[in-house]
Amino acid sequence: MEYEAVIGLETHVQLKTKSKMWCGCANEFGAPPNTNVCPVCLGMPGVLPVANDEGLRLTVLTGYLLHCTIPRFAKFDRKNYFYPDAPKNYQVTQYDKPSTANGYLDFEFNGGMSRVRITRAHLEEDVGKNFHFDRNSGVDFNRAGVPLLEIVSEPDITSPDMAYAYLNALKDVLVYGGVSDCDMEKGMVRCDVNISVRPKGQKELGAKIEIKNMNSFSGARKALEYEIPRQIEVLTKGGKLSQETRRWDDVANITETMRSKEQAHDYRYFPEPDLMPFEPTEAWLEEVSKRVVELPLARKQRFMVDYELPAPDAETFVNDVPLGDYFEKAVASAKNRKAIANWVINNLRAKITETQIPLAEVKVKPNDIPELVALVDNGKISSKIAQDVFAEMFTSGDSPAQIVEKKGLAQVSDTGAIEKLCDEAIAANPKSVEDYKAGKVAALNSLKGQVMKLSKGKANPALVGEILEKKLKA
Amino acid sequence: MAGTEIDVKYVAHLARISLSPAEEQKIGAQLGNILGYIEKLKELDVSQVEPTAHAVPLINVTRPDEIRPSLPTDEALRNAPAKANGLFLVPKIVE
Repeated sequence: MEYEAVIGLETHVQLKTKSKMWCGCANEFGAPPNTNVCPVCLGMPGVLPVANDEGLRLTVLTGYLLHCTIPRFAKFDRKNYFYPDAPKNYQVTQYDKPSTANGYLDFEFNGGMSRVRITRAHLEEDVGKNFHFDRNSGVDFNRAGVPLLEIVSEPDITSPDMAYAYLNALKDVLVYGGVSDCDMEKGMVRCDVNISVRPKGQKELGAKIEIKNMNSFSGARKALEYEIPRQIEVLTKGGKLSQETRRWDDVANITETMRSKEQAHDYRYFPEPDLMPFEPTEAWLEEVSKRVVELPLARKQRFMVDYELPAPDAETFVNDVPLGDYFEKAVASAKNRKAIANWVINNLRAKITETQIPLAEVKVKPNDIPELVALVDNGKISSKIAQDVFAEMFTSGDSPAQIVEKKGLAQVSDTGAIEKLCDEAIAANPKSVEDYKAGKVAALNSLKGQVMKLSKGKANPALVGEILEKKLKA
Repeated sequence: MAGTEIDVKYVAHLARISLSPAEEQKIGAQLGNILGYIEKLKELDVSQVEPTAHAVPLINVTRPDEIRPSLPTDEALRNAPAKANGLFLVPKIVE
């Protein structure tokens, strides 16, 4: 029998705020333990949490970016459980009235477009971080109370690769939208996977198994690559699967039972009495919607259509937004768009990497690039000389025309001058001449190189080739 | 007032408290009585009333996203039964 996988993901991302969600402690990674804590985030009695308005805005902004509806009433609830990293013994979350619901994410997958529906993206708070020692554990509450968005997908994902593509696309959207830095190394994104398998064509879902503890997207993919065949094998052998939570062991590369349904949590959700409901007004929503930016996929498609760029170039400008913005300024009035993209990607970016000068401080002005391209296209300078001109543009900030003028780099297209140089080259390289006459066409290139050298790179290479050939055949 | 059945053992487990059989009996009866009072509320017809999460008629209470001073670490850890290197020490966490 053939089986199919049904996968849903719960992705947690830290929101990019200055302060925590319910108190003014800094939302900052890497501070010494328990330095960004106060009575509110330590869960001390008698404190009153107050919602961070930016946390609420970023939540709704995410809702817009994921095409969600934004309910006009949202509230907070307590999710009760005991764990050392939860100082209050509950986590504030949104249970039945989340800030956003019913959206979707479109992304490229397998050469086409895929859509995964988003059930909801709700606001909650992060917990502390545990450190494990031989005899005990230590807890740092710097992270406790940091705004955390839980993005729940519908079970629309059918393979480990698709899950991986979804997670990356989601991350792109969130980073692009300025919602989260999604720095995996800093634990800003985590995800849980819900996975079941069923005979192909069957309507009812199989037993849902949740996998926790994957700290990277590739980890999630690996866990699924392990878990799907495992479940299929159990069923094929006549076994039964039951709902459980499994843990991904990223050393052994296996999943193992954490808790079964019998030990499932009973979180006893109830409305958080210390926090008032949130009812976004028209004006407030309008303000948030102004922060919606062009999404990566839309940007890629626009660069491919508007500037007729190949996909890899468009992707470069999606992954490096400032570089893409620079390209857009450079290309504005230009004809040869591909050439401009090449200069920006191959030369400008390489120079930036080499010199570590940030783009914002680069001296080459965007409209200098089309000027340089035009100089090459009009035969004023050779493409080889253009490289030197560009290097000079990068150091001095002068315009290409100024540099060509100042350094006398204009291409020599004067036939008389080139003929003279060709004669010199022919006289100095009898061996090459002989080879060419014997039928070795490549020998022409060697002679051409000699002429270019004699001209200090300034001779028009096409003209040189033409004249040489004429002379040799004569 | 007739007591309402409540699974005292389960609730005690959720609250992480251990009760002796005698305490289970005693507290079970007390909780049953409390639930009995609440049962009484069910007699009220609330079909026309919107469910409310709060008794206070306040919404949209927020603060600007500004950093305010945190507690000095010594102060934060002052009541900790055990501490080391700025961390709260707890019994070893086993998943």
